Amino acid sequence: MAGTTITDNGEKQRTLLGADELILNMGPQHPSTHGVLRVKLKLDGERVIGSECMIGYLHRGVEKIAEHRSYQQFAPYVDRMDYVAAVSNGLGYCEAIEKLLVVEAPPRAKVIRTILTELQRIASHLLWLGTHALDIGALTPIFYCFREREEILKIFEKYCGARLTTHAFRIGGLQYEAYDTLEKDVERFCKAFEPRVAEYEELLTQNRIWLGRTKGVGILKAADAIALGATGPVLRASGVKWDIRKAMPYAAYDQYKFEIPTGKTGDTYDRYLVRMEEMRQSRLICLQAIENIPTGPIMAKVGKVLKPPPGEVYHSIEAPKGELGYYVISDGTVQPYRVRIRPPSFVNLESFDSIVKGHLVADVVAIIGTLDIVLGEVDR
Amino acid sequence: MQAVIQATIDFLKAYWAPLLCGVIIVAVLPLIAGYIVLVERKIMADMQARLGPMRVGPHGLLQPIADAVKLLIKEDIIPESADKLVFWLAPVLSVGAALLSLAGLAIGPAFQVAKGINIGILFVVGVSAMGIFGIVLGGWASNSHYSLIGALRSSAQLVSYETAAGMALVCGLLFAGTLNVTSIVEAQYNQGMWFGLLAPVAFFTYLVASIAETNRAPFDLPEAESELVAGYMTEYSGFRWALYFLGEYTNMIVVASVATTLFLGGWLRPFPRTHWLNFLDFFPALSMIAVGAYCVMRAPKQPVRVQQLFMLAVAGLCFVLALVLAGPLLLPALKPSLAVAVKPFQDGILGSFWFLLKVSAYIYLFMWLRFTLPRYRFDQLMRLGWHFLIPLSIINVLLIGIAMIVGSYLHMEGGWLIFATIPASVIALIIALFILAAEQKHQPQRAGGASDSYAG
Repeated sequence: MAGTTITDNGEKQRTLLGADELILNMGPQHPSTHGVLRVKLKLDGERVIGSECMIGYLHRGVEKIAEHRSYQQFAPYVDRMDYVAAVSNGLGYCEAIEKLLVVEAPPRAKVIRTILTELQRIASHLLWLGTHALDIGALTPIFYCFREREEILKIFEKYCGARLTTHAFRIGGLQYEAYDTLEKDVERFCKAFEPRVAEYEELLTQNRIWLGRTKGVGILKAADAIALGATGPVLRASGVKWDIRKAMPYAAYDQYKFEIPTGKTGDTYDRYLVRMEEMRQSRLICLQAIENIPTGPIMAKVGKVLKPPPGEVYHSIEAPKGELGYYVISDGTVQPYRVRIRPPSFVNLESFDSIVKGHLVADVVAIIGTLDIVLGEVDR
Repeated sequence: MQAVIQATIDFLKAYWAPLLCGVIIVAVLPLIAGYIVLVERKIMADMQARLGPMRVGPHGLLQPIADAVKLLIKEDIIPESADKLVFWLAPVLSVGAALLSLAGLAIGPAFQVAKGINIGILFVVGVSAMGIFGIVLGGWASNSHYSLIGALRSSAQLVSYETAAGMALVCGLLFAGTLNVTSIVEAQYNQGMWFGLLAPVAFFTYLVASIAETNRAPFDLPEAESELVAGYMTEYSGFRWALYFLGEYTNMIVVASVATTLFLGGWLRPFPRTHWLNFLDFFPALSMIAVGAYCVMRAPKQPVRVQQLFMLAVAGLCFVLALVLAGPLLLPALKPSLAVAVKPFQDGILGSFWFLLKVSAYIYLFMWLRFTLPRYRFDQLMRLGWHFLIPLSIINVLLIGIAMIVGSYLHMEGGWLIFATIPASVIALIIALFILAAEQKHQPQRAGGASDSYAG
């Protein structure tokens, strides 16, 4: 019937000009769905009146694979979930298994882990900034962001030989000793990074078009954010001061001073500001950490074959995108009985449907970008 | 039969020059457009801390040719559910309109296809606006949602911004008193000042509106890559797609030429009647010498011998051009009796240089904006058009008209008119900003377009 459409819950909804609704399939092949997300949009003209996320195009059964690998063997697999923040994934997994084994990584390992993880946070946020700006139509920031990200990846490469899926940590500590100039490299990067962030902000923060495209777009209220289980910058931009690095410190985060940036309105602009500030804070953490890296062993005493006692453990860390949790059940054998992963991207994507309603098609890409999802992690 | 042949011969005899120009435009313009693309990619690369195309030829100079060959031999896909005839026709319309509108433009006092056409500007604006049919029909015929949305956006955008652009043009035409392209430039010579300086607000309005009209960033919504994949040309591939591209870049040249003719003094140098600035006549030759010298200087630093030779060849070309550009100025100095004979060549050669320089600068501005600014959203674009640019351009026309009457009463001749028109422009700007502010107070920026009547 022209002029009215039936929404999912059966109520009739009038379109503006009395026209039929238009169903637009965005993805899985689309320049700005950040991988293989497929969104089915119901449009009235260009206004979104309904949306449905269809995921699973990148499902690889990571959790199931875990049940057929030994604890060490599974570690490289987690790098392939959030492939733009592989180091953080590895940290969460290694610490979860350490908790299960009741061992603790030596202090030196903890500090080096912290440095690498914070660098990874900066790299992840840089990638987010570049692609987000590209989605909104600013062509240039992504190349500047990649320039800096490259420096970080070079540090990773020097440390463990890999750039993207690093597998940098081992259960119980580190496999590799820090290379000689690690501190110097990190310091040089941090020194150069400060003015660079200012450069990005100069391009975007006060730009009228950028403000128009991000302010008031995709507002997620604090109560909704909590109800939907959003974490990370998405939650903090709504004004909730919740960061697992402070709330339940892991690695060496309790030793360092840093702020938790929060937003007020929870719109796309606030999420942008929060992530920009987080990059600065991560830089400060790195600078504090390289000042005093303790000496000593880098590996705790764990056996060649890991056989954790039967039991279960949940451990979560603050990954760049939010709370990354590992729930591991051991039955006393060399393989985990079950590994359940709580990916931040997947949970944050839940809020997409509710915040996209009423916006225009152009805002859909802005909102997908601002949620900072990685489909490898959403689909696992 | 005899009569037909006779008529054809007569036609050719009478119109061989414009026909030749037309053939040259159709044959050479695709190449020029291709090289504009290359230049754009190079400028973009420079602004983004990278190199851009480097593989095909020295510094990627053969890239446009390689691209053209690739596009020509690509499989030509027509979607099964497309309206085949319209799908076929649309890009031809788009590029045809763009090429046709070039006919009305004059690069120098002597170079114009439709010579002496008395509705010059109107013809150019009208015909180039026809290109929108190619976009709308192509978007519709593709039978794809992305294409359809892109086409709708494009038509809405053109309707909104053509008004502002037209009003801005009227401002310039008020000064000139004619639509004839050549006469407009002559009027600016008589005024001793570019119309862009007399009516900066009109020039600014035209600048913004022309970016929107050519669908360039930050107004590139019809083909917004990150939103609509490729907008109206999503379903096009191969050479049809290339035709759209050609149309877009030709349109850029057209709007840049219109702006140059009407606001930037066409083929006149800055302040053409200020005699102590006569040394500017040597600027074309000197700039060519500078480019050539730079090439010679850089040649030894090129890694490959071919590149060194190429740089030297470019340098040689620049020096020859410099000689050609300096010739009309130097010959009278050597032999004063030649002064009169050389005068038309001076206007033609130096004029073309200035014209092309201004057009290039205008296009460069387009590119610069594209790499710097994010994209507008559709409702914001419409708001900017209807709430700011259109009121501004209309008020501006009214006030400039009043200023001209006042100026004629006060006997403000030539450049002195500026003291009447600049205040008028400023007042127009202030009033338009007032309207915008009042409009925003009345209708604040909402989250999304929940009740947005433009987002249809």
